[in-house]
Amino acid sequence: MNHSISLTVNGARRDFVLDDPRVTLLDLLRERLHLTGTKKGCDRGQCGACTILVDGKRINSCLALAISHDGADILTIEGVARGDQLHPVQAAFIAHDGFQCGFCTPGQIMSAIGMMQEAQAGNDPERIRECMSGNLCRCGAYAGIVDAVQEAQGRMDETNQRRSA
Amino acid sequence: MKQFDYVRPATVAEAVSAAAQPGAVFLAAGTNLLDLMKGGVSRPDRLVDVTHLDGLDQIETLADGSLRIGALVSNADLAHDASFAKSYPAVAEALLSGASAQLRNAATVGGNLLQRTRCAYFYDTASRCNKREAGTGCDARDGENRGHAVLGWSESCIATHPSDFCVPLAALDAVVEIEGRNGRREIALEELHRLPGNTPERESALEPGDLIVAVRLPAAARGFSTHARYLKVRERTSYAFAVVSAAAALRIENGKIAEARLALGGVAAKPWRARAAEDVLRNVAPTADAFQEAAWRALTDAKPSGDNAFKIELARRIVVRALTLAAAGTPARIPALPASPFASTSGAIHA
Repeated sequence: MNHSISLTVNGARRDFVLDDPRVTLLDLLRERLHLTGTKKGCDRGQCGACTILVDGKRINSCLALAISHDGADILTIEGVARGDQLHPVQAAFIAHDGFQCGFCTPGQIMSAIGMMQEAQAGNDPERIRECMSGNLCRCGAYAGIVDAVQEAQGRMDETNQRRSA
Repeated sequence: MKQFDYVRPATVAEAVSAAAQPGAVFLAAGTNLLDLMKGGVSRPDRLVDVTHLDGLDQIETLADGSLRIGALVSNADLAHDASFAKSYPAVAEALLSGASAQLRNAATVGGNLLQRTRCAYFYDTASRCNKREAGTGCDARDGENRGHAVLGWSESCIATHPSDFCVPLAALDAVVEIEGRNGRREIALEELHRLPGNTPERESALEPGDLIVAVRLPAAARGFSTHARYLKVRERTSYAFAVVSAAAALRIENGKIAEARLALGGVAAKPWRARAAEDVLRNVAPTADAFQEAAWRALTDAKPSGDNAFKIELARRIVVRALTLAAAGTPARIPALPASPFASTSGAIHA
């Protein structure tokens, strides 16, 4: 039986007909929309490489059935920059060498953006490590990742202060 | 993953009816279920998606002062609800010590209660497992079992229940609201999970079609809010299941413990309420000696199920530490590393 769903992906509405309910959001993004920035690492919710924002919240897209998310608003790594202008988290990862091979990086960045929106970590490196523990990096670039997230958080705080001033 | 039919009911009654059929299971966030399905451990014929049902995602205070938490409230939304965290700090700390931020954003209250054991032999379909396939045997019994149960286990099954959330819920007399084929009923959370006995494949008191619609914390549970902690030892500080955990809550009046609550996680097939320990803490001063006595009582019936005798001594020490932390008072904010004995605010007093 076919099921129709529609999603908003990086700001654009997309309609799908699913002939198999087993399709995850991860596979839908990668194989139907060819948005391959979202990575398939473990495919079991353990590594965080597939992290995306769904309705503003970071989740593991490998453990989410697409069919169950009809109507959801999705943000992937492809949707965070404004043209050539990188998102502050992307820029901070480059500035602090927050990666080596790069495979986990889209998930790390989406997770960091989600974490900042949750506003649970602030600038505390201990909290950042705890709040980012769902994203594994086999190259062990954690030191650079924490520095990058801390700097990006600081910049966002400054921007917010300027806006509210 | 095996092929399945997907059903999206419009009402709770339709959901119950659709899930009462053999081979049907409910789908909430799916953070545990999809993992099990990908591994061939769970092979349902039909998924009944309850995520679109109305009215199951509310947190509300009822007229009698109890708090009712809808089954579809996410673990993160509940833990970060300021009023909830203030009234039930040990529950919030337990939630934030579980899984990862991504999983907590998705995983639901109802799903957390019904998550399956992380016993590696249950997950490995090449192994014998009485829980996964009744009557086949238990490879954990003579296998790698240092993480397995030390209380309430049987020769059929030595698996543990992995939930952190359920541990303080058991301590605080939480109630589970269930919608079933014969209407609404409720049971104590402590009665939801079953010990294995000879039927480890039957894990809960739920019948086919039963849907958990809410969890309720009684008004009296707020009385522990100033002296309540959850403490969890794991193989790494974050994003790991408990080796042993404890929820401790005290009501202290005039320098004495008027009432104590204690439950253990990671030690049995259910969250383990330690009533014998609670009894010895009634009307005594919150001293190290009293907590040692309570810890001893809590583990009186414990016995190793394999290479895990260390968990009994570890559990005693975690009980003493959790009670000590609870007596010192709930911190104003949840520690940077929730429930960790290594947190800078853990008040590290070695038992």
